[in-house]
Amino acid sequence: MLSANLSAIFYLISGVLFILALRGLSSPETSRQGNFFGILGMIIAITVTFLSIGNFSTGFAIVLIFLLIGGLIGAFIAYKIPMTAMPELVAGFHSLVGLAAVFVAIAAFLNPEAFNLGSQGNIKLGSLIEMSIGAAVGAITFSGSIIAFLKLQGIMSGSPITFKGQHPLNALILISIIVIIYLLCSTQSSNLFWILLAISFLIGFLLIIPIGGADMPVVISMLNSYSGWAAAGIGFTLENTALIITGALVGSSGAILSYIMCKGMNRSFFNVILGGFGATEQSSSSQNKEQRPVKNGNADDAAFLMKNASSVIIVPGYGMAVAQAQHALREMVDTLKKNDIKVSYAIHPVAGRMPGHMNVLLAEANVPYDEVFELEEINNDFANADVAFVIGANDVTNPVAKTDPQSPIYGMPVLDVEKCKSVLFVKRSLSPGYAGIDNDLFYKENTLMLFADAKKMTEDITKNL
Amino acid sequence: MEIDPFIFRLSIFILSIFIGYYVVWSVTPSLHTPLMSVTNAISSVIIVGAIIAGLAGNSEAIFNSSSIFGFLAISLAAINIFGGFLVTQRMLAMYKKKKKDK
Repeated sequence: MLSANLSAIFYLISGVLFILALRGLSSPETSRQGNFFGILGMIIAITVTFLSIGNFSTGFAIVLIFLLIGGLIGAFIAYKIPMTAMPELVAGFHSLVGLAAVFVAIAAFLNPEAFNLGSQGNIKLGSLIEMSIGAAVGAITFSGSIIAFLKLQGIMSGSPITFKGQHPLNALILISIIVIIYLLCSTQSSNLFWILLAISFLIGFLLIIPIGGADMPVVISMLNSYSGWAAAGIGFTLENTALIITGALVGSSGAILSYIMCKGMNRSFFNVILGGFGATEQSSSSQNKEQRPVKNGNADDAAFLMKNASSVIIVPGYGMAVAQAQHALREMVDTLKKNDIKVSYAIHPVAGRMPGHMNVLLAEANVPYDEVFELEEINNDFANADVAFVIGANDVTNPVAKTDPQSPIYGMPVLDVEKCKSVLFVKRSLSPGYAGIDNDLFYKENTLMLFADAKKMTEDITKNL
Repeated sequence: MEIDPFIFRLSIFILSIFIGYYVVWSVTPSLHTPLMSVTNAISSVIIVGAIIAGLAGNSEAIFNSSSIFGFLAISLAAINIFGGFLVTQRMLAMYKKKKKDK
């Protein structure tokens, strides 16, 4: 049996390894080593836990069985999941962290002796506060992530669900959570503990339903952050350094990602969280919709334009993920490169449904990461490029964000696609994007619209090159 | 007067938030998706709490209300640990540099 001090040191080591795991992600070269550090940290934490309990009886076998069941399911999912489904997977994983936090909190509440937290009905005040915060945040993470998962998977409509009195109701529930935690700590009543869990599940659900599909990058990052704070809350209860360090890391990581995503849309965090974006704008813009002429092209025209270009910038968006066009796109680019045409990719921070979504898809299609650029890195290059090939993106290219202060997306950083000599726009129809506003780019003199499925069109262009 | 151990844990917590802040800002945006999946995996270190809960039952009553929640939490966390690390590895393996021009 390991002494408490020794195991604390080992937990500290695994916390440090987790820091190194995140540090490794600063560049693709070091990232694989970073992931290895993460795995090592996890093995140390789990082994030390077994050794410090030192009870290798029947219970131990059962623990291993449950560990194995979960491990097999996890490994199976990890190998089977297509890269396009990554946002759903991450949302699903968040929900599991949340639920695990809730279960650990319940176990600690029912059997505080096992965790040295006092006895049932007489749990140490500090521990009870930490436990209930961990449980409440965990429950919110769980139900919120479930909704995010359903929306991303398409089981639930991606459009915002709003109703009258939504915000006052949510505020009321949040206040009552605080009141119940206070009462729970003063009475130690187990009924209050269950009520706390129930309304936390409810608020997680209510908080996410009004948020629309394209705001999912913010939601996923936010839930990522919550899952960290839940883990930290439980870490305080268990007095476990590894858990506290990890919780803080994950919590701040998710918070930073949410911030980056909000900045990418020029919207405040609260504006996103309060939800309903898109739904209201759609109705107002449809009134002043006028018929404007667009130039309609086919794969042949597109191939001609690109063949005569010396540099092409590709702007992928969520539509590419939906059409699974990344492989076809890379084949097209290969053909272009054979003709000595310089090709680079421009990624907007909120392209896709989660942070870095487009980068993963392009990496999957064997696009070298040093051809892929972020908005700030590449935005000046559009003026010198011959062709911009916009595939499945819309709002992130809309010049209105720079010119029209009335527009809902005014101030949002956009890719300066219109500065290119010509713009090819692969889209299924002229329908407005998520923000519900018309894209001026469609009607520009130098824009050629290619109305087709992104994958089909890209393949056709390759044939014509 | 002695310092409450809680204060030490709080210090670790606060300092870790700062570490997280600086470390995550240095993560390259193209790796933000692997960042999310790996944070998922590491936050499942919550499994240590689940193991403690699972092993808390005595040998006559391995399954009591508390340990059952522990066992379930072990499985949930294990899905995340294995799934999270493996899917991260799978993604990171795809990030390749441009081949040197021939």
